[in-house]
Amino acid sequence: MATAAADLPPKGGFSFDLCRRNDMLLKKGVQMPSFRKTGTTIVGLVFQDGVILGADTRATEGPIVADKNCEKIHYMAPNIYCCGAGTAADTEAVTDMVSSQLQLHRYATGRESRVITALTLLKSHLFSYQGHISAALVLGGVDVTGPHLHTVYPHGSTDTLPFATMGSGSLAAMAVFESKFREGLTRDEGIKLVCEAICSGIFNDLGSGSNVDVCVITKGHKDYLRNHQLPNPRTYVSSKGYSFVKGHTEVLSTKITPLKERKVEAVEGDAMEE
Amino acid sequence: MDTDLNAPHSMGTTIIGVTYDGGVVLGADSRTSTGMYVANRASDKITQLTDNVYVCRSGSAADSQIVSDYVRYFLHQHTIQLGQPATVKVVANLVRLLSYQNKNMLQMGLIVGGWDKYEGAQIYSVPLGGTILRRPFAIGGSGSSYLYGFFDKEWKEGMSKDEAEKLVVEAVSLAIARDGASGGVVRTVTINADGVTRNFYTGDSLPLWHEELEPQNSLLDILSSSSAEPMST
Repeated sequence: MATAAADLPPKGGFSFDLCRRNDMLLKKGVQMPSFRKTGTTIVGLVFQDGVILGADTRATEGPIVADKNCEKIHYMAPNIYCCGAGTAADTEAVTDMVSSQLQLHRYATGRESRVITALTLLKSHLFSYQGHISAALVLGGVDVTGPHLHTVYPHGSTDTLPFATMGSGSLAAMAVFESKFREGLTRDEGIKLVCEAICSGIFNDLGSGSNVDVCVITKGHKDYLRNHQLPNPRTYVSSKGYSFVKGHTEVLSTKITPLKERKVEAVEGDAMEE
Repeated sequence: MDTDLNAPHSMGTTIIGVTYDGGVVLGADSRTSTGMYVANRASDKITQLTDNVYVCRSGSAADSQIVSDYVRYFLHQHTIQLGQPATVKVVANLVRLLSYQNKNMLQMGLIVGGWDKYEGAQIYSVPLGGTILRRPFAIGGSGSSYLYGFFDKEWKEGMSKDEAEKLVVEAVSLAIARDGASGGVVRTVTINADGVTRNFYTGDSLPLWHEELEPQNSLLDILSSSSAEPMST
């Protein structure tokens, strides 16, 4: 009986079979394809009357910049947003899934979502995949109990902090926060500090770059400031546009290849015989 | 750089639970690290499970958070069904049950402490394999290896509340001084018949141990204040 039960195919949950196969292939020297990782700087802080989230906009695939202006601040609920670092597909998938669960929960209860609910849904999902979903998140929002800021690690652990940074640029950004953050910042001071932290990631971390996205959440209101700062404009574009006079390029040789006429012979069918 | 930010979020920790005459004092440092990076310098490793029982967490942050979330959830139901607060023994046994049944998945050591009207103040240690040990005092985490001798000498039966709290703060600060994975502030929770009190001691208020220096704004201040010729032989 026991052996029969063991032979049954698993009914649900995450299968680690392919992980073991991949480990075996890796030992044999097979190069695995890489995922699109967002080498990232994401930050968040609590200010006077809410929460400010910030992110850079560079997505990388190894050494290649895959997207120069991607969005890393994801929607969770009207009053909750979430910055994602790690594998782009995972952060996108996990935030989308939890955001739909929150929407259904709002339909069922008729109340505004709470940040702690989003946090619990995220951490229990990530924990059940034991760190294989590489999503490192900064979750922020304002609900009926006030402003909240949390960080979520891929293994499912969470922290509650007044200011937080994540991603490969987190060290650069944290250096800014540690030296300049104080309690009770105003909205403008908060946005300025968040931008400074993100810029520190953009300029000092190779995995981060391009523009600064900011999201300010206050009680009953939010401002998603997409591309709030553009510290890396394209410098090589002519403001007048480029126009080339005809004949600007020297013609070295000319050869004209005439089109061959292609004859199509209609195959005649057998004449009908009478 | 060898700060592995993808390493699991874990708590190189110092946690302590001490019984005294009529209650318990739980203590912990506040450092959470990922590899060599301090991910949180002010974390709270003493988590509430019921009104009168708290737990000190060490090891994987994710594992210990999930387990304490489950235990809190089960005890909420248990308290409603029972119509009175859960005993410390029940709480510790539930922690043990989850630790033991999932021992292959979990990397954590917990110290459960609390007070109930039947057996008074109790400390239970639930280390890695999921065993349960009732102790007059318990220490855990990476910093605990520096404290065994200290506790063998300094712990005494029938201490007062203030003596016990002083012992815990002193012990955690000793461990912080020697263990690189422990640091930050010292947090304590005192539980007795009267209820629960939380305290925390900032890093600069802790005693200075062997070869430790007073806080300085600049190292140049040390040079100028001492001898005029720092390099003379």
